[in-house]
Amino acid sequence: MRERLRLKTWVFVAIVVLANVLGNFFMSWGVRRHSTLVGGSAVEYLRVMADPRVAFGISLLIVWLLSRMAMLSWADLSYVAPVTAIGYVLNALMGRAFLGERVSGARWAGTLLIVAGVALVGSTSIRTTVPEAGPE
Amino acid sequence: MSWLMVAIIVAATTLGDYLQTVSMKRHGEIRDFRPGALGRAGAALGRNWMILGSIFLMAVSFFAFLTLLSIADLSFAVPATALIAVTETMVSRWFLNERVNWKRWVGAGLVTCGVALLSL
Repeated sequence: MRERLRLKTWVFVAIVVLANVLGNFFMSWGVRRHSTLVGGSAVEYLRVMADPRVAFGISLLIVWLLSRMAMLSWADLSYVAPVTAIGYVLNALMGRAFLGERVSGARWAGTLLIVAGVALVGSTSIRTTVPEAGPE
Repeated sequence: MSWLMVAIIVAATTLGDYLQTVSMKRHGEIRDFRPGALGRAGAALGRNWMILGSIFLMAVSFFAFLTLLSIADLSFAVPATALIAVTETMVSRWFLNERVNWKRWVGAGLVTCGVALLSL
């Protein structure tokens, strides 16, 4: 039972993180093709949101929101929030791989700290409170 | 202005996640992932004021972050908002009554410091 919950949780961690990282990537890729949005009108925002890359990014962010909500139906917030922070590392790696960004020593150190933090929180119980309602 | 935006982002995200956690825990563990069951769960949650409130707060946080990016460097915005990992751990301990042991406190601290280094 506990193993089933752990497996389900890690599958959802993967979905949450990938949807967030890819969603942000497609959003920024699409937004950068347009002129600046700061101070823009609502029509300009809608025009940018109609860009296929931006629309795909928004769709992935909706997947991120729903899968994170599902995860919170059984897992602690103090577990979900730090564990899904591994997405910061993937964002940095994607910046290096696809955008040619340089990864400094400080960034590698930050990556190691995040991985250590995620591993530490990931080793704790997924749920420490008693469920209030029956399963859906 | 920058710190005001950081405060809005941290407060809105933390409160939004608190509301989402409370309502999802009350709803119960989602075990059936067939489209019909997910649709029924979505319809029930769509009428929950706490879920609607959390989505509103996430929108507030999103637009405050966009505003912050327009007035501050990304290298300031990202580490400042990484404080959320710590504030959410505090909310989990004191308002959601989760058992937050030393591993979770240290883990949240490491994540916050790591994100700060990542944005250098």
